[in-house]
Amino acid sequence: MASTATLPSHRAPVIDERIGRRSPLQSLLGRPEVGALVGAVVLFVFFSIVAPTFLQPSSFATVLYGSSTIGIMAVGVALLMIGGEFDLSTGVAVISSAITASLFSWYFSFNVWVGVGLALAVSLAIGFVNGWILARTKLPSFIVTLATFLMLTGLNLALTRLIGGSVSTPSIANLDGFASARAVFASAVTIAGIEVKITVFYWIAMVLLASWVLLRTRVGNWIFAAGGDANAARAVGVPVTKTKIGLFMAVGFCGWVLGMHNLFAFDAVQSGEGIGNEFLYIIAAVIGGCLLTGGYGSAIGGAIGAFIFGMANKGIIYAQWNPDWFKFFLGLMLLLATIVNLIVKRRAELK
Amino acid sequence: MNAKQIDQKTLLQNERDPLTHTPVHLLSLDTVGKHYGNIVALRDVTMAVDNGRVTCVLGDNGAGKSTLIKIIAGLHQHDEGTLNIMGEERKFSSPRDALDAGIATVYQDLAVVPLMPIWRNFFLGSELTTGFGPFKRLDVQRMKDITKKELAEMGIDLRDVEQPIGQLSGGERQCVAIARAVYFGAKVLILDEPTAALGVKQSGVVLRYILQARDRGLGVVFITHNPHHAFPVGDRFLLLKRGKSIGYYEKKDITLEELTAQMAGGAELAELAHELESLGGHTETLHEVQAEAAAVQAESVHTR
Repeated sequence: MASTATLPSHRAPVIDERIGRRSPLQSLLGRPEVGALVGAVVLFVFFSIVAPTFLQPSSFATVLYGSSTIGIMAVGVALLMIGGEFDLSTGVAVISSAITASLFSWYFSFNVWVGVGLALAVSLAIGFVNGWILARTKLPSFIVTLATFLMLTGLNLALTRLIGGSVSTPSIANLDGFASARAVFASAVTIAGIEVKITVFYWIAMVLLASWVLLRTRVGNWIFAAGGDANAARAVGVPVTKTKIGLFMAVGFCGWVLGMHNLFAFDAVQSGEGIGNEFLYIIAAVIGGCLLTGGYGSAIGGAIGAFIFGMANKGIIYAQWNPDWFKFFLGLMLLLATIVNLIVKRRAELK
Repeated sequence: MNAKQIDQKTLLQNERDPLTHTPVHLLSLDTVGKHYGNIVALRDVTMAVDNGRVTCVLGDNGAGKSTLIKIIAGLHQHDEGTLNIMGEERKFSSPRDALDAGIATVYQDLAVVPLMPIWRNFFLGSELTTGFGPFKRLDVQRMKDITKKELAEMGIDLRDVEQPIGQLSGGERQCVAIARAVYFGAKVLILDEPTAALGVKQSGVVLRYILQARDRGLGVVFITHNPHHAFPVGDRFLLLKRGKSIGYYEKKDITLEELTAQMAGGAELAELAHELESLGGHTETLHEVQAEAAAVQAESVHTR
């Protein structure tokens, strides 16, 4: 009798332990971007040791600039991947945007801001068309955006040569509004004697905004649901199609920001540029913990992925190695970061 | 045999529901049919759902159960007969339409998004927000609190509403989906084979939540192919076979044995007996099946 009486009181804590709460460390390890964070710290320490110049503030500003040119796109691409889709046309879409602004303003001798506005419309339209075709045909986004990628590549080259007469767009430096557009898209801010490119601030602002949208708004909830299980989401009344089209347009917007930077950092664009960059954006998002299958990831993760990219890119130069090694390094980082993501996630979820 | 079919005439004239004595049904289907091209998926189905009652739809695979719920849930439109909500004829063009009319469907396989936290799943598509204009944001704390409270009221004690719903067991997931439908003011709850993929114990848990939902005054449509799950919780039973209704009974007019026999069907049992005979060596089983087949045969002759 005594043993049966003590049994419940003895068992209660055992049950409690089974349903016990996770420690803060465990919930931190359950975050999508933790693998990337570990990778970023390791890489930072590594380059600090092998390349002493890496730690100088001016070098760091350069690293941040390099990161931002990938990171601005990675914001949109990460959101899109969480929403369960891919975009292979991002690299050339950036250039398409820049070419639109440049050629239009040059041909009609308009104020460059007119071209900038038109470029925004074109970028959003490219995103919309991608999403709309995807929704109507139900083809995989891989195929749809691969087609867009090829078409845009051709259009960039053909239209630039047709209108401008060369592979590079003509200079727009003499047009009205060029100075103000350059100030907005390609200036630098001096902080404590260090020149920091304005794209770094755009990047940070966009990451913060995307995180807020993703975690604290209805649309964010819908993005996770559309990528996690589109049918389930549709069944509870989530506008999945609109969400996905919106995501493609958000990617278009990011492409516009970067395209304008590329244009106004100089005064012309090379029409053949951008090919292959789409993979860098996807890699940044994947390193940052976004699942290829959708429904999981974070905007911060994409930013950390871009930062890793920037560190590797510039770090190799500061370490005075041959930049040929960079792509190898990037591939290795991608592999390691995704494996770490996998292990950490599995371990955190088991507990 | 005493299995008396519900008099369709009485139901259709909206005179009086023999169970609740209310004149109008929460949801009623009258000779509803649906075909895809030249394939008839559903034909001549009549049924009713009332507050605080469980209507079970029984049938084997391919009997037309999923077509029936797709019509009620707004995924497909029927092309024959009428669908009435509170006595008013309706035709849903989308799941959202059906939801707005108070019809919530809990699907067996796509009830939830596995990677999302429980509370986000609970409020998915109907999120609570606070603030105005561009500062409109999710009311996270309130949603978490409500999720916890609603699930506790359904008798589900959860560790943490922040964990991904994919980590819950199949039964628990069904229950979260049911609790969600109840919270969002569903009047009619459609459960698509909620026990099909579950073990015995988990099925029992789900059946208990079906009764809880019923006791809260919801009209429940419980779709299953298992008469042993349907009989204890059901008030009415609609039997489907090859897209057609083969019987519509009140609980008091039918026993579990009769229900099972009707589900299996005399012809199939006779066929099974024949197969067993040709195999040989299953004497005991053979006799059982033969007896069952004879009973079903006698019953169907009687009811005709």
